[in-house]
Amino acid sequence: MSITWKTAAVRPLVGVVAGLVALTGCATAGGGSSKSDEVSVVGFSILKTANEQLLKDFQKTDAGKGVTFKTSYGASGDQSRAVIAGLDADEVHLSLEPDVTKLVDEKLVADDWKSGPNKGVVTQSVVAIVVRKGNPKGIKGWDDLVKPGVKIVTPNPGSSGSAKWNILAAYGHVLAQGGSEKDAQAYLSKFLDNVVALPGSGKDATTAFQGGTGDVLLSYENEAIEARQAGADFDYVIPDQTLLIQNTGAVTTDASKAAKDFLDFQLSKQGQTDYAKQGFRPLDKAVKVDIPGANNPSDPFPTPKTLLTIDKDFGGWDEANTKYFDEETGIVTKLLAESGKA
Amino acid sequence: MGSALGLGITMIWFSLLVLIPLVAVLIAAADLGLAGFWDVVSSPQTAAALRLTVVQALGVTLLNVVMGTALAWVLVRDHFWGKRLLDVVIDVPFALPTIVAGLVLLSLYGPNSPLGVNVANTRTAVFLALAFVTLPFVVRTVQPVLETLEHDTEEAAASLGASRFTTFRRVILPSLTPAIAAGAALSFARGISEYGSLVLLSGNLPGRTEVASVRVLTYIENGSKEAAAAVAAILLLVALLVIVALDVLQRRLARRGD
Repeated sequence: MSITWKTAAVRPLVGVVAGLVALTGCATAGGGSSKSDEVSVVGFSILKTANEQLLKDFQKTDAGKGVTFKTSYGASGDQSRAVIAGLDADEVHLSLEPDVTKLVDEKLVADDWKSGPNKGVVTQSVVAIVVRKGNPKGIKGWDDLVKPGVKIVTPNPGSSGSAKWNILAAYGHVLAQGGSEKDAQAYLSKFLDNVVALPGSGKDATTAFQGGTGDVLLSYENEAIEARQAGADFDYVIPDQTLLIQNTGAVTTDASKAAKDFLDFQLSKQGQTDYAKQGFRPLDKAVKVDIPGANNPSDPFPTPKTLLTIDKDFGGWDEANTKYFDEETGIVTKLLAESGKA
Repeated sequence: MGSALGLGITMIWFSLLVLIPLVAVLIAAADLGLAGFWDVVSSPQTAAALRLTVVQALGVTLLNVVMGTALAWVLVRDHFWGKRLLDVVIDVPFALPTIVAGLVLLSLYGPNSPLGVNVANTRTAVFLALAFVTLPFVVRTVQPVLETLEHDTEEAAASLGASRFTTFRRVILPSLTPAIAAGAALSFARGISEYGSLVLLSGNLPGRTEVASVRVLTYIENGSKEAAAAVAAILLLVALLVIVALDVLQRRLARRGD
């Protein structure tokens, strides 16, 4: 275990060259189309539970008979990068639209993927404020979060792409009430002062909150409902102004018919019902189902006073990403960096 | 000829696993150019994360040098009930998946601590998590050396009138320093790269408890691989400096013992 480097410089070099030569021999064959009856689904983390039921129900339909699945779930950004790096995918279903756009740029997804009536959106939810059981701090909306002494947990918008929804909802609620950009920045600055933890992902944030950190957790309605279904002991509030979370999905360019059928099934009434049971807001308004774990199981998805959307209120993800999250000039990036100096 | 073949095979293996990835990191970082590189690593948030990471890893390494050596000493020289068990359990922090380690630390030293110790979302949390995962390194490098150390030399020193402290400092410590240095190097290197065990407890607060690995992740998530590589390059450089410094120090101390 001693740490000495004695070997002459030349000999290892010879080895390195030999190594490089060996490497060139094993270039991999990229891409990968799969058998027609096997569909590779690449999704973001939270879908894992919801998709289990959905896959089973799809296999019961005519289109889905005999279709088998290979699934992979993980952080949305990681999944997108993995597909670019060669992970086999027939269908992708990711938390943020830009993670699908990256695949379009790499020609892995056709550029007309948003042309359908659903505009590429497969599942949706809204940003929710999770509070301790019985809501001891009396949190009703965004303004209560910036009161002195309220401790906020929200996933890190730097390392977790899906955390951007939360921050934009907080920011956008000011705009929704007629405030200026300056007001919104002032609000976000106060908000960040109350943040006590920025865990790496939505899941980590929920774990930290359940471990006792903070008074409120910014999360999504579907995650709050799913956690409560799994026995989590907390309440949640849908603020009057909140942001519609739209998770996008698409088939890849070399996808089989079975993959397309599966995407159609996800968007069907049955598919949306399965997602609704896990807490996602159905795309199809006709879907009516009792949702255990929701605040009011028989009216699980109350309509907020103002529902912001990324396209209508933030100019779409392209613009929002540059304006708010750019590494150097992003409004949120800067406010986050400043929050550290306090 | 046989040794040349051996060297060839080991160098290929080493290149595939270590050398080529490291060079790839440096090449990616070089894409930024000198000015771009400096912009990334000198931005206040990243600089603060780097500083925190290096300082905490150094602190933890110092702690491990003292506590790790003491633990190894106790495990080799003392006899007590449960010694075998302790010997096995020492590796657990290293063997646990780091996120599990994080969960354990959060439940023990977080807001719901049964011990009444809450360090969540403070720099102490970073220190604690690093100390937890790096505990075995010094113990495991020092222990075997201590086991093979002959009692004769110590007895000789004592019979010549050396005090126990002098014996330890002049006879035992010089034999242990290479092992301690090796353990310290491992412990430091692990410390500056740690992510999983501390993210739940540290809170990742920019400028306060955010470590370098979280900055790397942030850059990757936002599509700037080069910036991530720049932070990684700094960590590599720091690790290299510390390892070389430890080697120099270790040689000097060992020589003084002769």
